[in-house]
Amino acid sequence: MSLKIEDNEVDIVIAALRPNLNTFLEAWRTFFSNFHLIIVKDPNLEEDLQIPPGFDHQVYTKSDMDRVLNGASINFSGHSCRYFGYLISRKKYIISVDDDCLPARDNSGVIVDAVTQHISNLQTPATPFFFNTLYDPYRQGADFVRGYPFSLRDGVECLLSCGLWLNIADYDAPTQIVKPSERNTRYVDAVMTVPLRAMMPLSGINIGFNREVLGPALVPGLRLVGEGKRRWETIEDIWSGMCAKVVCDHLGYGVKSGLPYVWRGVGSDTDNPMDSLKKEWEGVKLMEEIVPFFQSVKLPKTAVTAADCVIEISRMARENLASLNPVYAQAADTMEAWVNLWKVAGSDRL
Amino acid sequence: MAGKESSSVPSTPLLKDELDIVIPTIRNLDFLEMWRPFFRPYHLIIVQDGDPTKTIKVPEGFDYELYNRNDINRILGPKANCISFKDSACRCFGYMVSKKKYIYTIDDDCFVAKDPSGKEINALEQHIKNLLSPSTPYFFNTLYDPYQTGADFVRGYPFSLREGAPTAVSHGLWLNIPDYDAPTQLVKPRERNTRYVDAVLTIPKGTLFPMCGMNLAFDRELIGPAMYFGLMGDGQPIGRYDDMWAGWCTKVICDHLGLGVKTGLPYIWHSKASNPFVNLKKEYKGIFWQEELIPFFQSVALPKDCTSVQKCYIELSKQVREKLAKIDPYFTKLADAMITWIEAWDELNPSGAAAGAANGTAK
Repeated sequence: MSLKIEDNEVDIVIAALRPNLNTFLEAWRTFFSNFHLIIVKDPNLEEDLQIPPGFDHQVYTKSDMDRVLNGASINFSGHSCRYFGYLISRKKYIISVDDDCLPARDNSGVIVDAVTQHISNLQTPATPFFFNTLYDPYRQGADFVRGYPFSLRDGVECLLSCGLWLNIADYDAPTQIVKPSERNTRYVDAVMTVPLRAMMPLSGINIGFNREVLGPALVPGLRLVGEGKRRWETIEDIWSGMCAKVVCDHLGYGVKSGLPYVWRGVGSDTDNPMDSLKKEWEGVKLMEEIVPFFQSVKLPKTAVTAADCVIEISRMARENLASLNPVYAQAADTMEAWVNLWKVAGSDRL
Repeated sequence: MAGKESSSVPSTPLLKDELDIVIPTIRNLDFLEMWRPFFRPYHLIIVQDGDPTKTIKVPEGFDYELYNRNDINRILGPKANCISFKDSACRCFGYMVSKKKYIYTIDDDCFVAKDPSGKEINALEQHIKNLLSPSTPYFFNTLYDPYQTGADFVRGYPFSLREGAPTAVSHGLWLNIPDYDAPTQLVKPRERNTRYVDAVLTIPKGTLFPMCGMNLAFDRELIGPAMYFGLMGDGQPIGRYDDMWAGWCTKVICDHLGLGVKTGLPYIWHSKASNPFVNLKKEYKGIFWQEELIPFFQSVALPKDCTSVQKCYIELSKQVREKLAKIDPYFTKLADAMITWIEAWDELNPSGAAAGAANGTAK
């Protein structure tokens, strides 16, 4: 059932939280050069972006966001600006990498083409219904193991590919404080499907997804009151990842995790995790409520698209979570506004 | 291997008085020579399958007890009919007679593998690490086992879940000859597993997996009675589904009791490719039956009052009898055997019996 994804079906979305994209884009040039780039400038960033020549790209700024939003209450500042890129894209697939990540090297020292790996993950089926102990059975040199039911070997379409990070791992602030010099040096040579009903924390740092089907589920819904610019001062991707997983589980699609790795660290603020803790502690507490909520979400049979599912989830969030914390009501509002915007985007009226 | 040290003294406890190594064999135990540096401290339980008049030579210097079919019949009497004959499924007899807390079981065609740096892998040490650290079945950690050195829980992982669940099973993997079914072996006779995936991970709650018995460790006190390897081999319509059956039962019970199952490291080197035509004959029915068995296990619900492994297993046997008998009368026999197994287990392991009371017969 493998698909063939053409380069012109993919947009690469870059959230520019810092003005100088030279190092970042030069490092990725070989892998980005065949693709159109959507560069979204953090609306709070005042300086002009520095973009090296030779990239097929379009920059979107606050004025584009204001025009499209037309009063809708979605906050695209900070890391959330990338979602504007997801919305405005006209392509079927999106790949997005944080602007402080460079290509990684695998265990043999070869530079990893994260773009091709994400595309490969999205092209080959996912296997959420039964765990394959040799991980991705569609990889060269692997297969389904003895005992894997044949009827499940077709798999389902993979809608979301979650990559990983070497060097500075995506830890939360408390972990950064306890282990300030820990670096992720373990290159785990595997892609695997996250099983049905298993929840996971999506890191928005390095992802690829099917925008056409899943787009509405990747929603910048949950903003921390003290949200900051450092990754561990946000949890908007965690929230949208849970939405996306619940949607995929309900609609019968798959989510993969593992390769590709990116090298994270250039420009990452590793100083002052204590400052981050002040901003992120709220998120750490919220996860205690968010996880049981998503684990209990049951979507009705009538929800047959990602948009339908997101509306349902926003309704349930409003019912079950809003009384616990105002951020949830805000998230529910944002999710509804997002789905409406997405409908407009779908009719090319943006 | 000259001049090469075996693994440096592990900081992982040896557990030499708490762990038995169970090895089923019908040929010989030559493979133990390669494992000697790693297995020497441990007590071995050898389960000799096939002709009991044959003498299987155990290499010098190992502390072991050996059981052949005559011993199994003598010890279990009429209940011996739950232990397979002419199939490595007979290994579960070793689990039953062990008095230790942990079991490691390995096939006699499995050798020491090397990691990508060329260092020999101490598989037992890794299994012990896996069993002694918690599992995380309730939420998937994208950096795999958070308790491994150099790893941790990622951003977004709820703190209340970071203590994890006790680990009941450590499922290791294999380099070289992969554990494929017969059809896959026939289509890809030359494929070898050369990919060393440097990870251990917990299989999430509610997810089933195909458990391979080639390189497997478990906490016998936590989950032992669920590790029945079924009715296979001589006189049975099926083979090569012993570990699968045990794995599905074990996972369902672990999920119910809040225990964890890990898979991944360690790797061993699997040297022998069994004959795919022979395998096809053994597996043939299983390939069809598993289409119905998987939905059965995926929908099993164990009642709240099943608070012990034995109670869960007896309940499972009832559901097997009710729902699977229509597939084939074999499942009625299997349901009976599941009960016999638990009765035999409880007889040999009365609750409250002190661990470590040696009962085996060294031959």
